[in-house]
Amino acid sequence: MTDTIEKVSIIISKGSLEGIYPGLIMANGARMEGIETSVFFTFFGMDAINKAKHEHVKVATVGNPGLHLATWAGGVPGVSALVTHQLAREMERLDIPPIPEFVEMIADSGAGLYACKASVDLFKLSSEDFIPQVKDIITVGEFYGLAGGGQIIFT
Amino acid sequence: MSTVTLAGSSVEVDAEGFLLDAGQWNEQIAQEIARANGIEELTDRHWQVVNFMRNSYLESGSAPSVRSLGKTSGVPIKELYELFPKGPAKLAAKVGGIPKPRGCI
Repeated sequence: MTDTIEKVSIIISKGSLEGIYPGLIMANGARMEGIETSVFFTFFGMDAINKAKHEHVKVATVGNPGLHLATWAGGVPGVSALVTHQLAREMERLDIPPIPEFVEMIADSGAGLYACKASVDLFKLSSEDFIPQVKDIITVGEFYGLAGGGQIIFT
Repeated sequence: MSTVTLAGSSVEVDAEGFLLDAGQWNEQIAQEIARANGIEELTDRHWQVVNFMRNSYLESGSAPSVRSLGKTSGVPIKELYELFPKGPAKLAAKVGGIPKPRGCI
Protein backbone atom coordinates (compact mmCIF):
# COMPACT_ATOMS: atom_id res chain seq x y z
CA MET A 1 0.00 0.00 0.00
CA THR A 2 1.10 3.59 -0.59
CA ASP A 3 0.85 6.43 1.95
CA THR A 4 -2.14 6.38 4.28
CA ILE A 5 -4.05 9.05 6.21
CA GLU A 6 -4.13 8.32 9.94
CA LYS A 7 -5.91 11.37 11.29
CA VAL A 8 -8.34 14.05 9.98
CA SER A 9 -10.04 17.11 11.40
CA ILE A 10 -13.12 18.19 9.48
CA ILE A 11 -14.60 21.69 9.75
CA ILE A 12 -18.30 22.13 8.96
CA SER A 13 -19.08 25.83 8.49
CA LYS A 14 -22.33 25.97 6.52
CA GLY A 15 -25.86 25.47 7.79
CA SER A 16 -27.73 24.25 4.72
CA LEU A 17 -28.40 20.56 4.11
CA GLU A 18 -25.91 20.50 1.22
CA GLY A 19 -23.46 22.40 3.40
CA ILE A 20 -23.59 19.94 6.29
CA TYR A 21 -23.83 16.49 4.66
CA PRO A 22 -20.48 16.44 2.83
CA GLY A 23 -18.55 17.02 6.05
CA LEU A 24 -20.57 14.39 7.89
CA ILE A 25 -20.03 11.87 5.09
CA MET A 26 -16.30 12.60 5.11
CA ALA A 27 -16.17 12.20 8.91
CA ASN A 28 -18.16 8.97 8.97
CA GLY A 29 -16.17 7.62 6.03
CA ALA A 30 -12.92 8.39 7.84
CA ARG A 31 -14.04 6.43 10.91
CA MET A 32 -15.13 3.55 8.65
CA GLU A 33 -11.52 3.37 7.49
CA GLY A 34 -10.24 3.45 11.06
CA ILE A 35 -8.94 7.02 10.71
CA GLU A 36 -8.85 9.12 13.91
CA THR A 37 -11.44 11.88 13.38
CA SER A 38 -12.52 15.19 14.91
CA VAL A 39 -15.36 17.36 13.63
CA PHE A 40 -15.36 21.09 14.36
CA PHE A 41 -18.68 22.89 13.87
CA THR A 42 -18.47 26.62 13.26
CA PHE A 43 -20.87 29.41 12.23
CA PHE A 44 -24.11 28.04 10.76
CA GLY A 45 -22.54 24.58 10.59
CA MET A 46 -23.41 24.47 14.31
CA ASP A 47 -27.04 23.87 13.30
CA ALA A 48 -26.04 20.22 12.84
CA ILE A 49 -25.42 19.88 16.60
CA ASN A 50 -28.02 22.39 17.83
CA LYS A 51 -30.83 20.50 19.58
CA ALA A 52 -33.47 23.00 18.43
CA LYS A 53 -32.31 23.14 14.82
CA HIS A 54 -30.72 19.85 13.73
CA GLU A 55 -34.04 18.35 12.64
CA HIS A 56 -34.91 21.40 10.55
CA VAL A 57 -31.90 21.83 8.27
CA LYS A 58 -33.01 22.62 4.70
CA VAL A 59 -31.65 22.73 1.18
CA ALA A 60 -30.91 26.31 0.08
CA THR A 61 -33.23 26.83 -2.88
CA VAL A 62 -32.30 30.50 -3.37
CA GLY A 63 -28.85 31.38 -4.64
CA ASN A 64 -28.09 27.75 -5.41
CA PRO A 65 -27.32 27.49 -9.14
CA GLY A 66 -26.77 23.74 -8.80
CA LEU A 67 -30.51 23.23 -8.47
CA HIS A 68 -31.15 24.84 -11.89
CA LEU A 69 -34.23 26.47 -10.46
CA ALA A 70 -35.22 30.09 -11.23
CA THR A 71 -34.33 32.33 -8.30
CA TRP A 72 -37.93 33.54 -7.93
CA ALA A 73 -39.17 29.92 -7.87
CA GLY A 74 -36.65 28.99 -5.16
CA GLY A 75 -38.07 31.77 -3.01
CA VAL A 76 -41.70 30.61 -3.20
CA PRO A 77 -42.83 29.54 0.31
CA GLY A 78 -42.61 25.80 0.75
CA VAL A 79 -40.17 25.14 -2.10
CA SER A 80 -37.18 24.71 0.20
CA ALA A 81 -39.17 22.31 2.40
CA LEU A 82 -40.36 20.37 -0.65
CA VAL A 83 -36.88 19.98 -2.17
CA THR A 84 -35.51 19.02 1.26
CA HIS A 85 -38.24 16.42 1.67
CA GLN A 86 -37.53 14.88 -1.74
CA LEU A 87 -33.81 14.75 -1.08
CA ALA A 88 -34.33 13.24 2.37
CA ARG A 89 -36.43 10.47 0.82
CA GLU A 90 -33.76 9.72 -1.76
CA MET A 91 -31.09 9.68 0.95
CA GLU A 92 -33.05 7.26 3.11
CA ARG A 93 -33.27 4.95 0.10
CA LEU A 94 -29.46 5.05 -0.13
CA ASP A 95 -29.15 4.33 3.62
CA ILE A 96 -27.88 7.87 4.36
CA PRO A 97 -29.28 8.79 7.80
CA PRO A 98 -31.02 12.08 8.66
CA ILE A 99 -28.66 14.67 10.21
CA PRO A 100 -29.48 14.02 13.92
CA GLU A 101 -28.99 10.26 13.55
CA PHE A 102 -25.90 10.73 11.40
CA VAL A 103 -24.21 13.03 13.93
CA GLU A 104 -24.99 10.59 16.75
CA MET A 105 -23.63 7.71 14.66
CA ILE A 106 -20.39 9.63 14.03
CA ALA A 107 -20.04 10.32 17.77
CA ASP A 108 -20.66 6.62 18.52
CA SER A 109 -17.97 5.71 16.02
CA GLY A 110 -15.47 7.44 18.31
CA ALA A 111 -15.05 10.76 16.48
CA GLY A 112 -14.77 13.86 18.70
CA LEU A 113 -17.38 16.58 18.08
CA TYR A 114 -16.52 20.19 18.96
CA ALA A 115 -18.24 23.58 18.69
CA CYS A 116 -16.36 26.77 17.83
CA LYS A 117 -16.05 29.21 20.74
CA ALA A 118 -16.12 32.36 18.60
CA SER A 119 -19.38 31.24 16.93
CA VAL A 120 -20.91 30.17 20.25
CA ASP A 121 -20.17 33.63 21.67
CA LEU A 122 -21.40 35.36 18.53
CA PHE A 123 -24.75 33.56 18.52
CA LYS A 124 -25.04 33.72 22.33
CA LEU A 125 -25.22 29.96 22.71
CA SER A 126 -23.96 27.62 25.44
CA SER A 127 -23.28 23.90 25.79
CA GLU A 128 -26.95 23.54 26.83
CA ASP A 129 -27.98 24.29 23.26
CA PHE A 130 -26.03 21.38 21.84
CA ILE A 131 -26.67 17.66 21.71
CA PRO A 132 -24.89 15.79 24.53
CA GLN A 133 -22.43 14.16 22.10
CA VAL A 134 -20.59 17.48 21.71
CA LYS A 135 -17.42 17.04 23.75
CA ASP A 136 -16.45 20.66 24.21
CA ILE A 137 -16.58 24.25 23.00
CA ILE A 138 -13.05 25.08 21.86
CA THR A 139 -11.04 27.97 20.48
CA VAL A 140 -9.36 27.99 17.09
CA GLY A 141 -6.02 27.49 18.85
CA GLU A 142 -7.32 24.43 20.68
CA PHE A 143 -8.68 23.11 17.39
CA TYR A 144 -5.23 23.37 15.79
CA GLY A 145 -3.83 21.60 18.85
CA LEU A 146 -6.28 18.73 18.36
CA ALA A 147 -5.62 18.63 14.63
CA GLY A 148 -1.86 18.28 15.10
CA GLY A 149 -0.20 15.65 12.95
CA GLY A 150 -3.28 15.12 10.77
CA GLN A 151 -5.08 16.54 7.76
CA ILE A 152 -7.60 19.39 7.97
CA ILE A 153 -10.64 19.45 5.68
CA PHE A 154 -12.75 22.62 5.51
CA THR A 155 -16.31 22.37 4.26
CA MET B 1 -4.60 -10.50 -7.03
CA SER B 2 -2.32 -13.02 -5.38
CA THR B 3 -2.39 -16.43 -3.79
CA VAL B 4 -1.54 -16.71 -0.11
CA THR B 5 -1.56 -19.48 2.45
CA LEU B 6 -3.92 -18.86 5.38
CA ALA B 7 -4.42 -21.44 8.13
CA GLY B 8 -2.88 -24.09 5.91
CA SER B 9 -5.09 -23.50 2.87
CA SER B 10 -4.16 -21.73 -0.31
CA VAL B 11 -6.57 -18.84 -1.02
CA GLU B 12 -6.80 -16.01 -3.53
CA VAL B 13 -6.88 -12.46 -2.17
CA ASP B 14 -6.98 -8.93 -3.62
CA ALA B 15 -4.34 -6.24 -3.07
CA GLU B 16 -5.80 -5.40 0.37
CA GLY B 17 -6.10 -8.98 1.53
CA PHE B 18 -9.84 -9.54 0.95
CA LEU B 19 -10.72 -13.07 -0.18
CA LEU B 20 -11.78 -13.19 -3.83
CA ASP B 21 -13.84 -16.36 -3.44
CA ALA B 22 -16.09 -16.46 -0.36
CA GLY B 23 -16.27 -20.23 -0.82
CA GLN B 24 -12.59 -20.65 0.12
CA TRP B 25 -13.27 -19.28 3.62
CA ASN B 26 -13.35 -21.16 6.91
CA GLU B 27 -13.22 -20.22 10.60
CA GLN B 28 -9.49 -20.86 10.93
CA ILE B 29 -8.85 -18.49 8.02
CA ALA B 30 -11.04 -15.91 9.80
CA GLN B 31 -8.94 -16.19 12.97
CA GLU B 32 -5.73 -15.75 11.01
CA ILE B 33 -7.00 -12.67 9.11
CA ALA B 34 -8.23 -11.19 12.42
CA ARG B 35 -4.83 -11.66 14.08
CA ALA B 36 -3.05 -10.10 11.11
CA ASN B 37 -5.35 -7.07 11.49
CA GLY B 38 -4.84 -6.44 15.18
CA ILE B 39 -7.63 -8.57 16.69
CA GLU B 40 -5.90 -11.16 18.88
CA GLU B 41 -8.91 -13.37 19.53
CA LEU B 42 -12.33 -13.37 17.89
CA THR B 43 -14.92 -13.27 20.70
CA ASP B 44 -18.59 -14.30 20.43
CA ARG B 45 -19.44 -10.63 19.78
CA HIS B 46 -16.94 -10.47 16.91
CA TRP B 47 -18.45 -13.63 15.47
CA GLN B 48 -21.95 -12.21 15.74
CA VAL B 49 -20.90 -9.32 13.49
CA VAL B 50 -18.75 -11.40 11.12
CA ASN B 51 -21.45 -14.04 10.62
CA PHE B 52 -24.10 -11.37 10.13
CA MET B 53 -21.97 -9.62 7.48
CA ARG B 54 -21.14 -12.85 5.72
CA ASN B 55 -24.69 -14.19 5.73
CA SER B 56 -26.12 -10.89 4.46
CA TYR B 57 -23.58 -10.90 1.66
CA LEU B 58 -24.25 -14.51 0.70
CA GLU B 59 -28.02 -13.90 0.73
CA SER B 60 -28.20 -10.51 -1.00
CA GLY B 61 -24.90 -10.12 -2.84
CA SER B 62 -23.95 -7.01 -0.91
CA ALA B 63 -22.64 -6.38 2.60
CA PRO B 64 -24.59 -4.15 5.02
CA SER B 65 -23.50 -0.59 5.89
CA VAL B 66 -22.27 0.32 9.38
CA ARG B 67 -25.66 1.98 9.93
CA SER B 68 -27.62 -1.18 9.19
CA LEU B 69 -25.09 -3.29 11.07
CA GLY B 70 -25.79 -1.11 14.10
CA LYS B 71 -29.53 -1.51 13.65
CA THR B 72 -29.83 -5.17 12.72
CA SER B 73 -26.78 -7.17 13.82
CA GLY B 74 -27.62 -6.84 17.50
CA VAL B 75 -24.33 -5.02 18.15
CA PRO B 76 -24.65 -1.21 18.56
CA ILE B 77 -22.37 1.15 16.64
CA LYS B 78 -20.27 2.10 19.65
CA GLU B 79 -19.44 -1.53 20.33
CA LEU B 80 -18.85 -2.25 16.63
CA TYR B 81 -15.99 0.26 16.69
CA GLU B 82 -14.65 -1.17 19.96
CA LEU B 83 -14.60 -4.65 18.44
CA PHE B 84 -13.16 -3.50 15.10
CA PRO B 85 -11.20 -0.28 15.74
CA LYS B 86 -9.83 -0.20 12.19
CA GLY B 87 -13.35 0.02 10.71
CA PRO B 88 -16.18 -2.43 11.49
CA ALA B 89 -17.67 -2.96 8.04
CA LYS B 90 -14.30 -3.26 6.33
CA LEU B 91 -12.68 -5.54 8.90
CA ALA B 92 -15.73 -7.74 9.51
CA ALA B 93 -15.97 -8.25 5.73
CA LYS B 94 -12.29 -9.13 5.53
CA VAL B 95 -12.49 -11.57 8.44
CA GLY B 96 -15.72 -13.01 7.01
CA GLY B 97 -14.09 -13.72 3.68
CA ILE B 98 -16.32 -11.46 1.57
CA PRO B 99 -15.37 -8.53 -0.72
CA LYS B 100 -14.66 -5.08 0.69
CA PRO B 101 -17.95 -3.14 1.05
CA ARG B 102 -18.07 -0.29 -1.45
CA GLY B 103 -20.65 1.96 0.25
CA CYS B 104 -19.77 5.50 1.34
CA ILE B 105 -21.90 5.37 4.48
